[in-house]
Parts: sequence; C-alpha cells; structure tokens
Amino acid sequence: MANFDQELDATGLNCPLPILRAKKALNGMTAGQVLHIIATDPGSVKDFEAFAKQTGNDLVESNEEGGKFTFLIKKN
Amino acid sequence: MSEKKLAIIATKGTLDWAYPPLILSSTAAALGYDVEIFFTFYGLQMLKKKLNLKVSPLGNPGMPMPMGMDKWFPVLGTAIPGMQSVMTMMMKQKMKSKGVASLEELRDLCIEAEVRMVACQMTVDLFDMNPSEFIDGIEFGGAATFFEFAGDADITLYI
Repeated sequence: MANFDQELDATGLNCPLPILRAKKALNGMTAGQVLHIIATDPGSVKDFEAFAKQTGNDLVESNEEGGKFTFLIKKN
Repeated sequence: MSEKKLAIIATKGTLDWAYPPLILSSTAAALGYDVEIFFTFYGLQMLKKKLNLKVSPLGNPGMPMPMGMDKWFPVLGTAIPGMQSVMTMMMKQKMKSKGVASLEELRDLCIEAEVRMVACQMTVDLFDMNPSEFIDGIEFGGAATFFEFAGDADITLYI
C-alpha cells in the first residue's frame, strides 16, 4: 500500500459529500502530498475520477474491497 | 486557466427540489467553477435563515412511498391533513440514514465556497417577504442581474 499524508473517512456519506470533504481536505494540503479517502458510496468511483481530472490532481489509486472504496489523490 | 462559470435559476421550494441546485452548486464550486444561483418565486424559500421545506406526495405519482403505500393508497389519501408532515419526516429520516447531506449543510458548503446567491427582488416584493428572514450575504436583483453573470456562463440551468 502506498504512503499517504492525510486520511479522509467518508464512509456512510452520499453524493456529493465525499467529493466536497475531499476538496476541503486537499485545500489544507500542500502540492505533492497524498490524500487517502475511504468511501462506501459506489458512485464515488466515477466521481473521484471526474473530480481529479477537473481539478488537475492525480488519482493515483482507486480500489474496492468488501464494499469499501479507497482512493489516493495526489495534490498538484 | 480561466474559471468556468455555472449559472442556476432555482424556482422550487420543496424539500426534494431544493437538492439539485444546492448539490450542483456546491460540487461545481469544489471543481473550481464560479457559481451564481438566482432564487426566484418558491426558490426563495431556500434563502430563509430557518429552512422549513417540505415534500408532498400530493399530485406526485412518481414519489416512492414506504411499505408499498403507493400501490394501495388512493390518490385522494395523499391529501389527508398531516400527510405532508409525515412524508417530510420520513424523507428526512431516510436521507439521514443514507448519508445524504441536509439542505442546511449543503447551503453552508455553498456559502463557504463563495457561491453567489441572488434573491429575485420582484418575487420578494410580490410575496411581501421580509429580507431580514433571509441569510446574510445574499444580493437582491432582477433579470438583468442574472444575465450579467449568465451571459458568459458555460452552463446555465433552470431548476
């Protein structure tokens, strides 16, 4: 598992909260740092892809395990 | 990269229809959009300090009802006094249990993200609404104010 600088637990939250919380967390981070997100909303898989693309951050990893979706986003 | 712009006209004042403008605005702001919402007619309910929006099953055949009520409940039954309050309460509970944000939370996120909120002055006058009932930081304007922003918006929605 890759390293990360900050973690966001978005389990139980539904659209658009995981994205909004992630944005808030990224705002407080510096370029190059990595945010680890845990979510249970299946829609978040496509949403985090779209979020990363539109905000110019890198979605380094997107995984699913036992109903939990995890993401690594590197702030640019 | 110049900022993209999203302009929304929000016209509905029910619990369910307040979600689309607030969800889209908060998300667009998070994606870097410059956002303005023009609240007109019943949409002005979304600007009240104390949000008290309701959802009604009346005249809404598309609304899923709990326990298969929509299958056997006569249409007129949805007009029973108290039905609206019950459905509103149930809807709020369901949203909470599914991790859907409350309208208050989404509105706060919009304000925090500096989404511009414009109240339609004409409707405020029409319904004798008291501006002191509205949240702080909103602007008042008319159709021309909307077009000033929407004129070069990338996306414009009427909800």
